[in-house]
Amino acid sequence: MKMQNLYRQIIMEHYKRPRNKGLLEDDRYVTEHIRNPSCGDDVTIQTLLADGVVKDIRHEGSGCSICCSSASVLSEVLKDKPLESALEVSRQYKGMLTGEDFDADLLEDAIAYQGVQDFPARIKCASIAWQAFESTVKAGDDDE
Amino acid sequence: MDVRRDFPVLDKEDLAYLDTAATSLTPRRVLHRMDEYYVNYSANVHRGVYRLSHEATRLYEDARRAVAGFVNADADEIVFTRGASSALNLVAKAYEPEIGPGDEILISELEHHSNLLPWQQLAKRTGATLTYIPLTEEGRITVQALKSVLTRQTKLVAITHVSNVMGYETPVRELSALAHEKGATVIVDAAQSAPHMPLDVRRIDCDFLAFSSHKMLGPTGVGALYGKRRHLERLEPVEYGGDMVEETGLHDATWQKPPLKFETGTPPIAEVIGFGEAVRYLEELGLEAVREHEKQLAEYTLSQLDAMEGITVYNPTTDSGIVTFNIDGVHPHDVVTVLDQEGVSLRAGHHCAQLVMAFLNQTATLRASFYVYNDHSDVDRLVRGLQKARDFFAGFEEGLR
Repeated sequence: MKMQNLYRQIIMEHYKRPRNKGLLEDDRYVTEHIRNPSCGDDVTIQTLLADGVVKDIRHEGSGCSICCSSASVLSEVLKDKPLESALEVSRQYKGMLTGEDFDADLLEDAIAYQGVQDFPARIKCASIAWQAFESTVKAGDDDE
Repeated sequence: MDVRRDFPVLDKEDLAYLDTAATSLTPRRVLHRMDEYYVNYSANVHRGVYRLSHEATRLYEDARRAVAGFVNADADEIVFTRGASSALNLVAKAYEPEIGPGDEILISELEHHSNLLPWQQLAKRTGATLTYIPLTEEGRITVQALKSVLTRQTKLVAITHVSNVMGYETPVRELSALAHEKGATVIVDAAQSAPHMPLDVRRIDCDFLAFSSHKMLGPTGVGALYGKRRHLERLEPVEYGGDMVEETGLHDATWQKPPLKFETGTPPIAEVIGFGEAVRYLEELGLEAVREHEKQLAEYTLSQLDAMEGITVYNPTTDSGIVTFNIDGVHPHDVVTVLDQEGVSLRAGHHCAQLVMAFLNQTATLRASFYVYNDHSDVDRLVRGLQKARDFFAGFEEGLR
């Protein structure tokens, strides 16, 4: 297994220079905090949903490069997508991590995490930010 | 110490296994003893009068004598539990009727969650005060520190013997003597000491001492609680059912004598027998020799890490085979993924000791821990792996400049 397949340059770049990082004090955002008690990865995702579109995503947290970078990549990939499309990307992404068939075209930069499937111990690291995102939009549903 | 060939996992895998503080490997003769139980006399204990059950009971109680002898206790002072966690929970539960508001329970920030949460929750349930023995700047529990918080209200003092992160040895004998002056009961978490050094409960004079089989070459699912006889006789059982009862009536019952009073249900018989074999194996190696072997490996590791750029060691004064460190600027999980590819098994995370992580101001660390099957080549392999990991991640930094 090649380390370079797991740790792609784009992943390390998002890890060192995260986009959309820092939470906002804004009631319109739905916030979800997920912690992996076994390893200490800790991610919070904030989503602003309006007119069925993911208008903005913010994130904060601490953890390994895979976990932290995936929050940053997610925030860029999903921003400005209709909710249905965003959820579809999330579904394809999970499929990719667990070695199922997936639509590579939909994933944009998130395709960089394809190598994770060969490192089963790290699938959780790559998943929790996406899980948190899904919870923010589901929590949003409940409020309506 | 030339015992690698006793461990089937090391035959199968080309490994530098450096995570004994989490769980140890199992030697062939322990596996063989457990097999024997299922092949030759697979019957329940303390019940049947037929030959097979008698033989199972004899071997089960032989194991109890072996484990008792290992810590210089009497056999009836050893309760078999599911492990050290379960042993510590048993004590906390059994003391609940004797603890109330105004009482104090002393623990430390050095504790593994298994010797922290049972007391934290006992304090919550009973209204007792949970007080932390202050650690020295280095992170040690000292006699002086205990003195500063010990009062006449102190009922229980629960402390680690060897920290699973810092590797420091706590002066439990001196702490016990001091706590006893104020009438407090002393509980020692020996999960990281019993596997690695000679232990003598008479000499330490603690009231309780807990340890796990799987950290000392035995199987998972079993551990031991040593308790002074008078405590085990006085305390009420915490679980009820078969085997622990003497006579059952419609509305009340009487209990067996300790230790059976605390062992209800069919125990993990094969595992207990395996545990007994593990302590015999360790005694044959000699616990002084085991301790010396690990100390040498830890010292060699510290000198190697000291010579490397970009490594922070958190316990350079470790007393045991536990070395805790990080590569600067690289998350420990990223490091262990690289090490895993190099055949080095290392722990990364908070080691079930989040208060120690807070003390170190880290969210996670790397931890190497040594045992009888490790040698200098394992340390060399670790160091090569760390160099590789450090250089690999530094390469990305270059790309970002």
